[in-house]
Amino acid sequence: MVPIKLKGRTISRGCAEGEVLLSRDPISFLGSVDPKTGIVVEEKHSLAGKSIKGKVLVFPHGKGSTVGSYVMYQLKKNEAGPVAIINLETEPIVAVGAIISEIPLVDLLEQNPYEYLNDGDIVLVNGSEGYIEFRKPEGSKKK
Amino acid sequence: MYLTNEEEHILNGEAGETLRKAIEILVALGDIYGADGLIPIKSAQIAGVSYKTIGDAGLEWISDLEGQVKVPAILNPAGMDLEDWERLRISPEFAERQKAIIQAYKKLGISCECTCTPYTLEGFSAGYGDHLAWSESSAISYANSVIGARTNREGGPSALSAALLGKTANYGLHLEENRIPEVSVSVECSLKESDYGALGYVAGKIIGSKIPIFHLKDTPEKDELKALGAAMAASGAVALYHVEGVTPEACRLGFEEPEEKIIIERSQLDEVYESRERAGKEPELITIGCPHCSAAELKKVAELLKGKTVSKETWIFTSRELAKRYPDYIRTIEESGARVVCDTCMVVSPATNNYSCVMVNSGKAFAYVPGMCGAESVYGNMEACIEEATGRKGKKAGGSY
Repeated sequence: MVPIKLKGRTISRGCAEGEVLLSRDPISFLGSVDPKTGIVVEEKHSLAGKSIKGKVLVFPHGKGSTVGSYVMYQLKKNEAGPVAIINLETEPIVAVGAIISEIPLVDLLEQNPYEYLNDGDIVLVNGSEGYIEFRKPEGSKKK
Repeated sequence: MYLTNEEEHILNGEAGETLRKAIEILVALGDIYGADGLIPIKSAQIAGVSYKTIGDAGLEWISDLEGQVKVPAILNPAGMDLEDWERLRISPEFAERQKAIIQAYKKLGISCECTCTPYTLEGFSAGYGDHLAWSESSAISYANSVIGARTNREGGPSALSAALLGKTANYGLHLEENRIPEVSVSVECSLKESDYGALGYVAGKIIGSKIPIFHLKDTPEKDELKALGAAMAASGAVALYHVEGVTPEACRLGFEEPEEKIIIERSQLDEVYESRERAGKEPELITIGCPHCSAAELKKVAELLKGKTVSKETWIFTSRELAKRYPDYIRTIEESGARVVCDTCMVVSPATNNYSCVMVNSGKAFAYVPGMCGAESVYGNMEACIEEATGRKGKKAGGSY
């Protein structure tokens, strides 16, 4: 196993490690995620029925209402939120939500995280210094 | 993004947790939008006030903050009249939560005047070129377009962060080069009063988030510009518009005509008014005051209602300050059985959800009532709304000017 470190941009500071949960779809925290349980309730979502609780949540970007920022805060208070977030490119609703909820968030990584990460991988997100770090078998990009 | 030494200290938590988070929000947004630094603001207007929209999560976040705002800051409309919430039959549970939200803001030194027309308040003036952090979409449009001040479309938390720091990130509409018109809109008919709300509703859908410059046959009044901007910010995401020969930047800067051109005709506005005839049912509720009524609008409503009695529920929304400044208009309106309601509006109050068809003279309310309140909305000018309320004939109440 070799350590891989990908640099990105700091959006929300802090540092956390956890299991990856990949979402192919954008996420609207208002309406798509149950703030009490962290379960994705939007029917046609690629994460429908799955829980984001305690995960390092990887999704392209946010969408939907600005109230979504407060829903992220509610998730955190209910201990049902992700421990960290990786976005392709963050938009303001998720940026603000992650900061007020103290969820580390990094975006604009130097390599596409979807080409490196699988569900269940352990990854460290360092929001303060703007990088993510994980281990992979030598020579393999994904799987 | 460049930060001063003092700002770096705040970001490192040396000025406490609330300011650390506040500056972290501004820096993150500044980085996302390519700001070069933070700039001082003159005032803040903070959205995220109605319990109907922000819920327990929003209440919790605001309650956890500490400190005092550094610039004058006021609030967006709440979910109820704060002094007389029972008049619109708000539940005690809702009222209790709503009051807690207001208290949490008050603790931070924010004025608890809840209005979408902050520019009408004494001591809250904004001038040409002033940088602001406002977050109510119609107030943003008015500040940028009619006053020539500069504000982005702030979210609730970012406006609150800006108020706590007295600064905002320098990007978007704070920069002159981002305020140039991108699409030309020619209106081929003459316009009056509610026609501007109808125009805004139609134009906003076409324009989206671009900056339009209008060529109009008439010179609109301030209230007409307010209605135009409010509607475009609701049916589209227009935060700044210009009107040739009318708005301050169009007059001072003399913009070149954009390549993209749109023409709007009378028949497109008539379609908005025809909502009254198309409606599946009769309006049960008549509402005026989105955005909040100005003094001139209160006067007109009072004149139309003088000596009459309403036979349908009728709500007139304005700011508390204006209601206190013009007690005679308020008395005349209330003598008809209509209610003057402060601090809230038909869109953010849960009271509107009790009705299935609402008549409005606002393009903004027309756009939002179906989604936010679950009611059909129909459009008419102010006279038509009052006729509907007083039960006089007026079936063709669409009647555009």
